[in-house]
Amino acid sequence: MGRTIEVTINGLLYRHDVEPRLLLVHYLRDVIGLTGTHIGCETSLCGACTVLFNGAAVKSCTLFAVQADGAEITTIEGLAENGQLHPIQEGFWMKHGLQCGYCTPGMILAAHQLLSRSPDPSEEEIRRGIEGNLCRCTGYQHIIEAIRYAAEKIRVTREGGARSK
Amino acid sequence: MGKKFVGEPIPRVEDHRLITGRSQYVDDIVRPRMVYAAILRSIYAHARLKAVNVEKARQAPGVIAVFTGADVREAIGPVPVASRLPDLKIPKHPVLALEKVHYVGEPIAVVVAGDRYLARDAVDMIEVEYEPLEAVVDPERAIAEGAPIVHEEFGTNVAFVWRLSGGDIERAFREADVVVSQRMVNQRLIPVAMEPRGVVAEYLPGEGQLTVWTSTQIPHLLRTQLATMLGLAENRLRVIAPEVGGGFGSKLNVYAEEALVGYLAMRLGRPVKWIETRRENFLSTTHGRGQIAEVEAAVKRDGTVLGLRYKIIQDLGAYHQLLTPAIPTLTGLMATGPYKIPNLHVQIVGAFTNKMATDAYRGAGRPEATYWLERMMDRIAGELGLDPVQVRMRNFPQPEEFPFPTASGLAYDSGNYHQALRRAMELVGYEKLRQEQQQLRQQGRYLGIGISTYVEICALGPSPALPAGGWESATVRVEPTGKVTVLTGASPHGQGQETAFAQIVADELGVELADVRVIHGDTAIVQYGIGTFGSRATAVGGTAVYGALQKVKEKATHLAAHLLGEENVANVAFEDGHFFLKDNPERRMTFHEVALAAYLAKNLPPGVEPGLEATYFFEPSNFTFPFGAHIAVVEVDPETGDVQFRRYVAVDDCGRVLNPLLVDGQVHGGIVQSLGQALLEEAVYDESGQLVTGELTEYAIPKATDVPWLETDRTETPSPVNPLGIKGVGEAGTIAATPAIVNAVLDALAPFGVQHLDMPLRPEKIWRAIRGA
Ligand code: FES
Ligand code: FES
Repeated sequence: MGRTIEVTINGLLYRHDVEPRLLLVHYLRDVIGLTGTHIGCETSLCGACTVLFNGAAVKSCTLFAVQADGAEITTIEGLAENGQLHPIQEGFWMKHGLQCGYCTPGMILAAHQLLSRSPDPSEEEIRRGIEGNLCRCTGYQHIIEAIRYAAEKIRVTREGGARSK
Repeated sequence: MGKKFVGEPIPRVEDHRLITGRSQYVDDIVRPRMVYAAILRSIYAHARLKAVNVEKARQAPGVIAVFTGADVREAIGPVPVASRLPDLKIPKHPVLALEKVHYVGEPIAVVVAGDRYLARDAVDMIEVEYEPLEAVVDPERAIAEGAPIVHEEFGTNVAFVWRLSGGDIERAFREADVVVSQRMVNQRLIPVAMEPRGVVAEYLPGEGQLTVWTSTQIPHLLRTQLATMLGLAENRLRVIAPEVGGGFGSKLNVYAEEALVGYLAMRLGRPVKWIETRRENFLSTTHGRGQIAEVEAAVKRDGTVLGLRYKIIQDLGAYHQLLTPAIPTLTGLMATGPYKIPNLHVQIVGAFTNKMATDAYRGAGRPEATYWLERMMDRIAGELGLDPVQVRMRNFPQPEEFPFPTASGLAYDSGNYHQALRRAMELVGYEKLRQEQQQLRQQGRYLGIGISTYVEICALGPSPALPAGGWESATVRVEPTGKVTVLTGASPHGQGQETAFAQIVADELGVELADVRVIHGDTAIVQYGIGTFGSRATAVGGTAVYGALQKVKEKATHLAAHLLGEENVANVAFEDGHFFLKDNPERRMTFHEVALAAYLAKNLPPGVEPGLEATYFFEPSNFTFPFGAHIAVVEVDPETGDVQFRRYVAVDDCGRVLNPLLVDGQVHGGIVQSLGQALLEEAVYDESGQLVTGELTEYAIPKATDVPWLETDRTETPSPVNPLGIKGVGEAGTIAATPAIVNAVLDALAPFGVQHLDMPLRPEKIWRAIRGA
């Protein structure tokens, strides 16, 4: 009764037989063992389960694993490269953008989408960009500062990179 | 000694694992042969259980076992309540319901299956025959004649009546020029930590040891209680609080599921995991607030408040959880707030209702006190035609009056309330705003300025005042390589004590932050502790770390003197990680060398034990009393009732600050939870006791777009209660901000003659009030 899916997660290809009703978030957590993607509601309201799905931020509790067949997924575990934190991760750290950390992976990936669409967002844009992700600890202000920090860091790195070419 | 770390905005040491997705919350824990539990909960608020038929569920695919209340009643003791009030009625609270259910969400049966989907499938196959009874949900109705009785054995829904008096309240009212009174509601709230609760339990039959991983704020207290519930020796029970995704008081408890899952693991001989769904979290994790108050103030024309009389009803819900009855007593203790009000009478009636229990929720009784009083201050100002600032300033005690005795019997440790309010007024530009408000009113625009000055009771607290002790413990263990391990009895879950404590250690021992590791939350590793709540972890737990450090330093200095061949220990100084002779600084040793020597033990002074570690249990002599002033500026749109923030200024005094980043984070988070209460959140049960706001769709916690930019500032008045001068800051925002925001909205509505509205102030309510005026 299972179905075979092939999914690329953080650059690695996986093949599994899954039940049709298995949620993508449970597939990532329970089958693959990537527990950095959290569950805060299972009803697409909190954003804790946000992952990048073919580059777009999606709530992985709203998808079945079978819908991910052929997709490329990035979870929080796949964001740092060669042990180097992604600028958004660094921003959350430097600006104290997290307390309990439960919303954080989802928040970081939502911010990732926001910055890919709008590299220099205003406070308003950031607030709207993370509106689908709930945080009960931080009051959001340090998250906004974290995202600004990341935007700046990405910009500087890009310009630096462009100059050196 | 050079202070490199304390006081600095150091990014947190705990963050790396959290931002890379490598931390372990309960649901991330997997054990070999683990199975999953799911719970059937009552769909009625009040009903007799005629039959619970589990046969079909037992036969369902993948099901390993099903248990009902009758199956476990002998094996698992009742859910405990720790607070003791005079004549408190304590209903029996079984982990799975027996003859009756008393609220929607009460556990009735548990299924264990091979995976979480199968467990949930089987829960749906349990057939329950209910005989519905009339429910009582409104606490005022509950204590009136003829109400349905939640627990028949008591014949009443009054669980307790608690009174507190100070001064001469009758005289205050006799001498008053004016009496101002107001009835107000502090609505029921749902804490909504982003991580729901969860438990994993594993039994090792060889060792006879049960390990319980649970999302808790109090691992040690929980262990003691679970040992009693399960009839286990406490030293065969290991409770681990892994990464905990927020608590806010809702995980400061002992829950039925924690004992139940432990029992299942022992009974079935397999590790068992239970993870709460968000729906369950709304239904059966403790709620907060739920007070109704009638407040009367006896005042003089100049705004001096002579006395306050409170009649409070606390909605308890159906059962007592760990601290349910104690929470409103904190409201009573703080009923005179930051003011010199010599006469007080408080009466609190605790009412059983067919709802989930209320218990600690960020602030726990103190936000209620501050809300009542700060609303009253504005009502008094309104009645007397005075500026709200004037009324507050008139009633503050002077800085030299500290320690300041209150009519409720407390002694406030230190404070300068005038200064905090003046600072907030300066920052917000108070006088100008008042002028602008006048001008805008001419144009039909409604600006509101809301002030809240508060004092809170923190660093809970001296042991006599707390049911299970109010001290905290720490072990500082210097390893042979000079690395330092701290074992703290506090149980941080987002507050950042791994960093704050490492800062204290690094400065005291002259090591780097990276040399320090702070371990918490595992009862098999850490000495007994009390846990994290009541803004106590840093003020009490941090002081315990400090105390242990002094012992370690003393021993290390003694040893260094010996190794340096110095008879006179007083001639040995310790600075920046080096011991040296004061009169000959060339003769020196590093801290690392001394640590190693302590373990190699080749050359110890007579009578000195090998090793270098110390444990310290800190018992505070008093609570601490942080304070501050918040000012909210809003504009209300009279067409829509919409509230727009213009400014939000917070001046908090939490004593000495170890790490301003952490303090700001706590203040921001607290203010936003407050904003939720003021404008958005309310747990609504319908008349039959169904929780209408049972999901995040109906219960609105603040989103990023609901929140204004917060301008925070501080004054710093050290507490004399502990050597670090810390007061605590975990709840300040939640305590201060609710009345500031509500006062701002009502200030905006003053031209319409609206004197008071109950929270949450959603646009519709405001719009109606404007129309009604
Ligand atoms: S768990 Fe997916 S949005 Fe909440
Ligand atoms: S950091 Fe705790 S929910 Fe966001």
